[in-house]
Amino acid sequence: MNRATIDLWVGVFVAIGLASLLFLALKVGNLAASSTGETYRLQAEFDNIGGLKVRAPVKSAGVVVGRVADIGFDAESYRAVVAMNIDSRYKFPRDTILTINTSGLLGEQYIGFEVGGDTEMFKDGAMVKKTQSAVVLEKLISQFMFNKAAEDNGGGEKK
Amino acid sequence: MVVNALRRILEALGHRVTKRIWRLGFAARFLFATLLHSGTALKRFHLTIREIYFTGVLSLIIILVSGLFVGMVLGLQGYDTLQRYGSTEALGILVALSLVRELGPVVSALLFASRAGSAITAEIGLMKATEQLSAMEMMAVNPIARVVAPRFWAGVISMPLLAALFSAMGIFGGYLVGVQLIGVDAGSFWSQMQASVDFREDIVNGVIKSFVFGVIVSWIAVFEGYDSDPTAEGVSGATTRTVVTSSLAILFADFILTAFMFRG
Repeated sequence: MNRATIDLWVGVFVAIGLASLLFLALKVGNLAASSTGETYRLQAEFDNIGGLKVRAPVKSAGVVVGRVADIGFDAESYRAVVAMNIDSRYKFPRDTILTINTSGLLGEQYIGFEVGGDTEMFKDGAMVKKTQSAVVLEKLISQFMFNKAAEDNGGGEKK
Repeated sequence: MVVNALRRILEALGHRVTKRIWRLGFAARFLFATLLHSGTALKRFHLTIREIYFTGVLSLIIILVSGLFVGMVLGLQGYDTLQRYGSTEALGILVALSLVRELGPVVSALLFASRAGSAITAEIGLMKATEQLSAMEMMAVNPIARVVAPRFWAGVISMPLLAALFSAMGIFGGYLVGVQLIGVDAGSFWSQMQASVDFREDIVNGVIKSFVFGVIVSWIAVFEGYDSDPTAEGVSGATTRTVVTSSLAILFADFILTAFMFRG
């Protein structure tokens, strides 16, 4: 087998190898989604972020409009500080409420925007005041159980 | 009497251990020498390209076919388990993550070790047995620079590409079974996959893994060939050792790498 044929085959091999890497990066991974155009930064404080993670989606009306960029902890107020990169195509009114939701019963957590009616829009680097914490399933269950137990005890004493 | 027997047992044990350690040290020095003499392999790159043809291109068929079938089996088995929890849309995540993180690098490295690694060992071993390596030295050609280094680099270059092809083919196989055959929604298959496969965390780590496996397999293959006894028996033994040692080394290295990469 001569050198030109070998070169050709190796070229084909390297080309399809790189093509499959590209396929993995763009079609399977989220490289395409993470590098789309301009974003602006919003920050919000939450009492409890539950299982929210960096790179979790930020959704408004179910549409992904941004991603969580960073999660920190404010040592003075003892609250979680979440920074988000929002697509600059979308502007939101200043009285928008941020809630941490769960997709499905056990799905991943995301930040939901409940859009308000203010005429002024969020600017880059703005701090969102109105937030609602994540619903922690264990807390909900234990609350329910305690209430149930209290009810049962109360019923027993009355008799 | 008893003391003598005990002494002999301990001696045998000690001999085995020192032999292993000596061999490991020799292998490390051999790797160092290979890296030191890689200049020729990279300068006269057509030598390496020729070896990429033999190790990479000729391994394509087995990698592509096994990738496709592994992906199809993952699709079937994953669907079977996921449907019990009513979350069949997560099939894309399952197929993609298990391929990109683990199966792609590991299985393709195992296949590569048995398909290409054994061939490299046999070739170098036979060159040694027929005194071609000594002949080169007589002509003032360094056999490490001329024979070993191109094969080593060819393996290191081919391995990540083969692993990426394996993963891509496997995901395509999972898509064929999951979406085309069983009827999982194509939109959620791809979108859920894209939402949970991270480029840096999953894909880059997978490539790093396959690069490490490429170094391990190529190193063991060229070393076993170079170190083999120059007889027919010695070459066959070296070929077997290449496959066994590199398979074990791949699995061990995979555990170490996974523990560091995906612990969080």
